[in-house]
Amino acid sequence: MTTATRSARPRHVLRSILRRPSSATAFGFIVVLLFFAIAGPLIYPHDPEVQDLGNRFADASWTHLLGTDEFGRDVASRIIQASRIAVIAPLISVGVALLIGLPLGLWAGLRGGVVDSVAGRLADTVLSLPALVGALAIVAVLGPGLVNAMIAIGIIFSPGLFRVVRGATMSVAEETFVGSAVAIGSPTRRTLWVHILPNIAAPLLVQVTILMGVALLVEASLSFIGLGVQPPDASWGSMLKAAYTNQFHSPFSVVPPGIAMVLTVLAFNTIGDSIRDAVGLRRRT
Amino acid sequence: MSPGSAHSSFHVRWTEVAVSAGMVIRRLGGGLLVLWLVSILTFLLVQLIPGDPAEVIAGENATVAEVARIRAELGLDKPVLERYFEWFSGVIQGDLGNSLFTNRSVADTIIEAAPPTVVITLASIMIAVVLGVTVGVFAGLTQGSWVDRTVSTFATLGIAMPSFWLAMVLVSVFALANPWLPATGYVDFSEGFWEWSSYVILPATALGVATAAELARHTRGCVADVLTRPYVRTARARGASGTWLVRRHIVRNAAIPVVTVLGLQAGRLLGGVIVVEAVFGISGLGSLAINAVLQRNYPMIQGYVLFSAVIVVAINLIVDLAYGWINPKVRTA
Amino acid sequence: MTTGPGQRSYAGATEPLLSVEGLTIDLPGGARQLGLVEDVTFEVRKGQAVALIGESGCGKSLTSMAILGLLPSAVRVSAGSIYFEGVDLLTCGPRQLRRIRGGPVGMVFQEPMSSLNPTMTVGDQIAEVRRLHLGERRSVALKQAGQLLSRVGIPNAERRLRSYPHEMSGGMQQRVMIAAAIACDPKLLIADEPTTALDVTIQAEILELLRDLRRDLDLAVLLVTHDLGVVADFCDDVVVMYAGHVAERTSIDRLFYDPQHPYSGALLASVPQADRARTSLTVIPGRVPSAGQFPEGCRFEPRCGHSVEHLCRRPQADAVIGDDRHTRCGRVASGDLILKGAVRG
Repeated sequence: MTTATRSARPRHVLRSILRRPSSATAFGFIVVLLFFAIAGPLIYPHDPEVQDLGNRFADASWTHLLGTDEFGRDVASRIIQASRIAVIAPLISVGVALLIGLPLGLWAGLRGGVVDSVAGRLADTVLSLPALVGALAIVAVLGPGLVNAMIAIGIIFSPGLFRVVRGATMSVAEETFVGSAVAIGSPTRRTLWVHILPNIAAPLLVQVTILMGVALLVEASLSFIGLGVQPPDASWGSMLKAAYTNQFHSPFSVVPPGIAMVLTVLAFNTIGDSIRDAVGLRRRT
Repeated sequence: MSPGSAHSSFHVRWTEVAVSAGMVIRRLGGGLLVLWLVSILTFLLVQLIPGDPAEVIAGENATVAEVARIRAELGLDKPVLERYFEWFSGVIQGDLGNSLFTNRSVADTIIEAAPPTVVITLASIMIAVVLGVTVGVFAGLTQGSWVDRTVSTFATLGIAMPSFWLAMVLVSVFALANPWLPATGYVDFSEGFWEWSSYVILPATALGVATAAELARHTRGCVADVLTRPYVRTARARGASGTWLVRRHIVRNAAIPVVTVLGLQAGRLLGGVIVVEAVFGISGLGSLAINAVLQRNYPMIQGYVLFSAVIVVAINLIVDLAYGWINPKVRTA
Repeated sequence: MTTGPGQRSYAGATEPLLSVEGLTIDLPGGARQLGLVEDVTFEVRKGQAVALIGESGCGKSLTSMAILGLLPSAVRVSAGSIYFEGVDLLTCGPRQLRRIRGGPVGMVFQEPMSSLNPTMTVGDQIAEVRRLHLGERRSVALKQAGQLLSRVGIPNAERRLRSYPHEMSGGMQQRVMIAAAIACDPKLLIADEPTTALDVTIQAEILELLRDLRRDLDLAVLLVTHDLGVVADFCDDVVVMYAGHVAERTSIDRLFYDPQHPYSGALLASVPQADRARTSLTVIPGRVPSAGQFPEGCRFEPRCGHSVEHLCRRPQADAVIGDDRHTRCGRVASGDLILKGAVRG
C-alpha cells in the first residue's frame, strides 16, 4: 500500500508539476483545452454547425485546416466545439464517482465496521465487471445520452475510488496525530475534514487525474457505439463514429478526433504520474 | 521457464498441496459470493428502470398487446423475490432465460456468438504478452539508453490510445490504403489457418497494444528494480552474466507483477473487444451486447453481464493461482 | 610464462594471491568527483586470513566489491590495480572476470536473505556455480551441491536442496551462500560482513565454519567486518580503514598489543572489556566524515587526541614502519609520536 511521504500542499504539488517539462507541457495542454471549452465560440474559425454540402470531405487547406466532414462542416471547429464535452464529460463521471466513493471510503477507512464490509463487498461485485460492460448495463437502464452515459461511468468508477480512499484513509489513520485527535474527543466529521482529507489529497488526486483520462476513453467508446452523445451534439467519440461510417470516402477523417483524444488522455496521465512522483508515491510493484 | 522445484516434480510436497488447495477453495468461495451478488445486481437492473419497464422496452409505438406480452415475458406481475428465485434457479442450471425478441435461449445465443470474441481476446493477450514483456525486459536491462527511452515513449502513447481508434487507423493503413488484410468480417478457423488469421490479426493487435504498453511499462520497472537487488549481485559474483543471468534470475522475479497486470487488464480487454468488434463488423459477443442494449433486451443483457462477470472472476482466480505458483513465498504463507 | 599487459610475474618467492594497489574509487557526476576510497593498498597471501576492518562508511565494502567488479553502477574505480594471481582484474576482459567470479574467487555477502534468489531453490543456486564454471550437468551439479551442504553443516542436505531461501533461518542461509562460494574450490574467499546480520551465537558458528574450511581447503580469506571481536581469533593480518584511507596495516597480534595509528588505538580502546567493568565506555569524540567532507590532511585529525596542527593537517602518505607494517600517521612514522600499547588480552 502506498502512503504519501512528502508534503501534498496544493502549491507544492503545482510547483512540482510545472517544474518537469513533460508535466508542464501536459498541464499547459489542459489549460488550452479548458480555454477551448470555455471560449470556444469566440475562436471557431468557422461555425461548426454550418453545413456546406457542396464541399464535403474536403482535404486540409488554409481555409479548412483539417478539412471538412460528411456534411461539409469545418472539422477544426468541430474539434474545438467537442472539447467542451471532452472536459465536461469526465468531470461528470469523476464527480459521480467522488460523490459515491469518497464519503464511503472515508467512513470505511476510519471507522470500519458494517459500512466497511458491506461497501467492500459491493465494491468487489461492481469491480468484477469489465468497465464498459457495467456501463452498458447501466445505460440499458437509464437510456442512451451523454449525461446518462457519464453517470453510468461514474457509478462504475466509484468502487475503485472507494478502495483508494479507504486504503489511503487507513494509512493516514494509523498516524499518531489522528489518534491524538480522536483521543481529545474530536468528532468524526471534524477529524475527517481537518486531518484525514488533506493528507489523502495526493493519492486521491492521482487517481482522479487517471480516471479523467479513462472516462474520456469510455465516453468515446460509448459514443462510438451510439449510446453516448447523441447527434447533433458532438464529442470526439461521436466524430470518430462518423469518420468510421465514412471511412471509404475519407480515410483521413479518423485522425484528428483520435489525436485530440490521445493527447488529452496523455496529458491527464502525465499529470497524474508527476503528482505521484512529486509526493513520493512510488508504486511498488 | 521452469520453476526451481521442477526437479521435485516427481516428489510431491504434501503440505504445499494442502495449503494451496485451501487457498484455492477460499478464493473460489469468494468468487462465487461475488458472482451471486452480481446476479442480484443484474436482476435488479430491470427493477431500476424509471417508469414501467414493459412500456419502456416496447418502445413508443408499441401496442397494448405488445406491452402486455413483454410484461408477461418478464413476469413483471409477480413479486420481486419470487421472480428472482425463479430466474436464479434457472441460472444455476444454465438457463439464462429467453431473448425477448427471438425467443431463443439466451445461453445458446451467447455460446453461439462467443467464438470470434474468445479468439480475438486470446490472440490479443498473446500479442500483448509477447510484445510487451520482451520490449519491457529490453528496456529494463538497458535503462537510460535510447532503447529504453523509445520504449517508454511508445508505452505511454499506447496506454493513452483508444483501442477502437487504433483499429480504425490499422484498417486505414493495412486494408484501405493497401489491400493487404480484410477490413471487416471474420471467418472460422475451419476455412484455413492463413485465411482465418488474416481476419484475426488486425483486431487482435488493436486490442492488444494498450495491454502491451502497460505490460512493457511494468516489466521495465520490475526488471530495473530486480537488477538492483542484492541477489543479482550474488549471482554475478558466482560468474553468471548475459542470458543466463536474465533467464534464471531476472525474468522469474520480474514475472510476478506481470501476471497481476494481466489480471487487471482482463476487464479492459473484455470491454474493449466490444468496440473493436464494432469497428471490424464482427458478429461476436460485442455486437450481441450492443444490440441487446439498444433493443432493451433485458434477459440478454442480464445473461451477458453475468457471463462477463464469470469470465473476470475466473481469470482473477487463475491469476491468483499463477501468482502463487511463480512466487514460492506465497505458497507456504 | 609470458606476461601481457595487466599481468605480472614474480621472480620466485611467495607471490601474494591478491594484491590491491593504490585502489581509488570515486562517485562521478556533478561538479566534482566524490572520492570514496583513496589509495588503498594491501595483500592477501595463499591460505592467509586478512581482515578489512573499519566503521560503516569507511569504504571497506566498496573495496571488497571492487575486487570482483561488483561495484554499483554509479561508482567507478578511477585509479589503482587489483592483481589476482598476477592478473589485473580491473583491466582483464569481462570473460576472464566471469571465469574468476565463483571460480578461484568466491564471495559471500552481508544479508543472506536478500542475497539469495527467492524464486530458486537452494540446491539450484549452489549447483549454478558448478554448471557455469565446470560445465556440469544439472543432476551432477545438484549431487555436488548436496555434498557441499553437508560440508557446511546443514543437516538433511538431500532434502534441503529443494528448499527455498525463505524457508531457512539466517544462519542456514549464510551457510548456503558459503557453500555456493566454495563450490568450485576457490583459492580466495571474500566475506563482506558475513555475520553482521546474524545472532551472536550463529556468528560464532559461521566463523567456526570458515575456520574449518580455511584449514581443509587451504583457503585464503578476506574478511570485511566492523567487529574487532570477530577478527581476533580468526585473522592473521589486519587492514584498518578510516574514511576511505588505509590507516594501518599489520598483523593481528601487533595491532592488539601495539597499534601504530591513533585511530587503531582509539578503536581498540573503545571495545568494552569484561574485566574493566564499572568504568565508563571510551568513546571517540566526533563523527566519521562522510564522502565529500573529508579533511585535506589526515582524515582522522579532527578527532585525534594526538594531533599537531601543522604536521597533521597536511596529506599523510602511507609509510612502512617495520616488517610488513604500514601506517598512515606521519607522526608515528617519523617517530614523533610513540603510542603506548593498547589492550592486553
